[in-house]
Amino acid sequence: MNFQDLLLIKHELLLTIAALIILCFEIFSTDKNKGMVVPLSAISLAFIAAVSFYFPSEGTAFGGMFQTDGLRTAVKLILDIATIIIILQSYGWVTKEDNKNKISEFYIILFSTLIGMNFMISSGDFLMLYLGLELATIPIATLAAFDRYKTKSAEAGIKLILSSALSTGILLYGLSMIYATTGSIYFEEVRAAFQPSPLAVLGMIFFITGMGFKLSLVPFHLWAADVYEGSPIAVTSYLSVVSKGAAAFIFTYVLYTVFSVASEIWLQVIVLLSIVTMTIGNLFAMRQKNMKRFLAFSSIAQAGFLLLGILGQGSLGMGTVIFFLLVYVFTNLAAFSVVATISDKTGKENIDDYNGLYKTNPKLSLVLMLSLFSLAGIPPVAGFFGKLFLFNAMASKGYFIVLFIALINATISLYYYLLPIRAMFIMKNENPIDTFKSNVYIKIGLTVSVAGIFLTGIISMIYEYLISVSVGL
Amino acid sequence: MQEIPLYYFLTVSTLMFFIGVAGFIIRRNLITILMSIELILNSVNINFVAINRYLFPDQLQGHFFSLFIVAIAAAEASVAIALIINIYRKFNSIEVTEVNEMKY
Repeated sequence: MNFQDLLLIKHELLLTIAALIILCFEIFSTDKNKGMVVPLSAISLAFIAAVSFYFPSEGTAFGGMFQTDGLRTAVKLILDIATIIIILQSYGWVTKEDNKNKISEFYIILFSTLIGMNFMISSGDFLMLYLGLELATIPIATLAAFDRYKTKSAEAGIKLILSSALSTGILLYGLSMIYATTGSIYFEEVRAAFQPSPLAVLGMIFFITGMGFKLSLVPFHLWAADVYEGSPIAVTSYLSVVSKGAAAFIFTYVLYTVFSVASEIWLQVIVLLSIVTMTIGNLFAMRQKNMKRFLAFSSIAQAGFLLLGILGQGSLGMGTVIFFLLVYVFTNLAAFSVVATISDKTGKENIDDYNGLYKTNPKLSLVLMLSLFSLAGIPPVAGFFGKLFLFNAMASKGYFIVLFIALINATISLYYYLLPIRAMFIMKNENPIDTFKSNVYIKIGLTVSVAGIFLTGIISMIYEYLISVSVGL
Repeated sequence: MQEIPLYYFLTVSTLMFFIGVAGFIIRRNLITILMSIELILNSVNINFVAINRYLFPDQLQGHFFSLFIVAIAAAEASVAIALIINIYRKFNSIEVTEVNEMKY
């Protein structure tokens, strides 16, 4: 055992230590200061992110099972930032009377899923990928069922664990076929030995299906809306941003490296999946009345757009996908934070309840407006640049018909993203949601998200950096 | 003495996989659905071990993969059963037709 290996996995080790610190805090804390776990976990996560930013590591460890480089560090940093915002936004919900006895548990489980995602991102073989995926998925199911007194939450938990278990089973069956044809589970060896024989291609399709469940692509999306609606909002935003982001990265990476020989085959699959995902996600989003369901279908549609970036191939495709993820983190988390605050204070989650919100809570409605503009891709904000680069990456490979369909879908999406904005600013309401002051943590989270929405698009350095670290794929 | 051909193992595992998928879709009891998932995972185990034993006898990757699958399946089953108990307390039933508060 080489101790240099432990330095390479320092991000994961530090996360484990942070989870243990929260556990110790739980033991020694009194009833009064239980809420202090929120700043504790946010600060420790910020510290971990800073450490891995200033001391980046590169290399492979544990016989090639674990690998890390600038690209993976960048993705981990994005996930860290997203988790910090989610921790801040969860404060109002987690300190409620129902959750009083289990505040720290939420953060311990949150950290353990984050560890799983980090291992998944850094995986160098299929076994590590599977272990990371499961370490990320199983705890999330318990988080989805975290609201003990709500039947919807229990339903969301069971739906999440059963559908993710099925998808993992399908993925593993595909991996066994790939193992049969190549004789290895290491990415590099599989890449060298991969031949597009029928069995290997079938294994690849099974793999795409299994990851498609995690990404909630359309033929496999049926769990997403129910789980997103039933779970607590903090968990919903975690599922739709962090979990999806990690799966999107490793999916793109495996397609680009391991299955690079069979790229003509999976490119067709991705084209088909992205068109269907965008269209169905958009059409279902239009008819939703519940804000959480609305955002769930919008995130399905966004996953369809994300797949378009994969069509870019090479470092351009990978850089674009990660940049879109970064933009998506800030945008979606701003929207979810506003929905979470309003739900915590008033318990209202329907779009109709937002009528006349601008009169009573102008700041919150402005933030929600900005994030919806960014999701729709209206120019000054970052969402526009995210979509622009995606379309650019795709068009550079000549997919003009897909580009046309994507543009039509972007136009359709503009319609339903404007619906909540119309409700907030134009619709009259006799008794709108009362004016309220949100707590300081949510304010910090919203400030970070809004700054991200503006700055990630304008500072072109970020995009160039992401392209430069993904060179060599 | 003659060995059992690889064919036989793969036939059994394929059958198990599709029985599992069909059970997942058709069955209405949550525990039975969980059992169907275990069938799927075990079919993967058979696949890995048989392929390793017959095609690549000089290495152990398939065997170890199946060991990990067994361990994780146990963890998954425990969490799933906990959630099923939670469902039973809320709905007084573990039939999926009863657990339908959220629909399109």
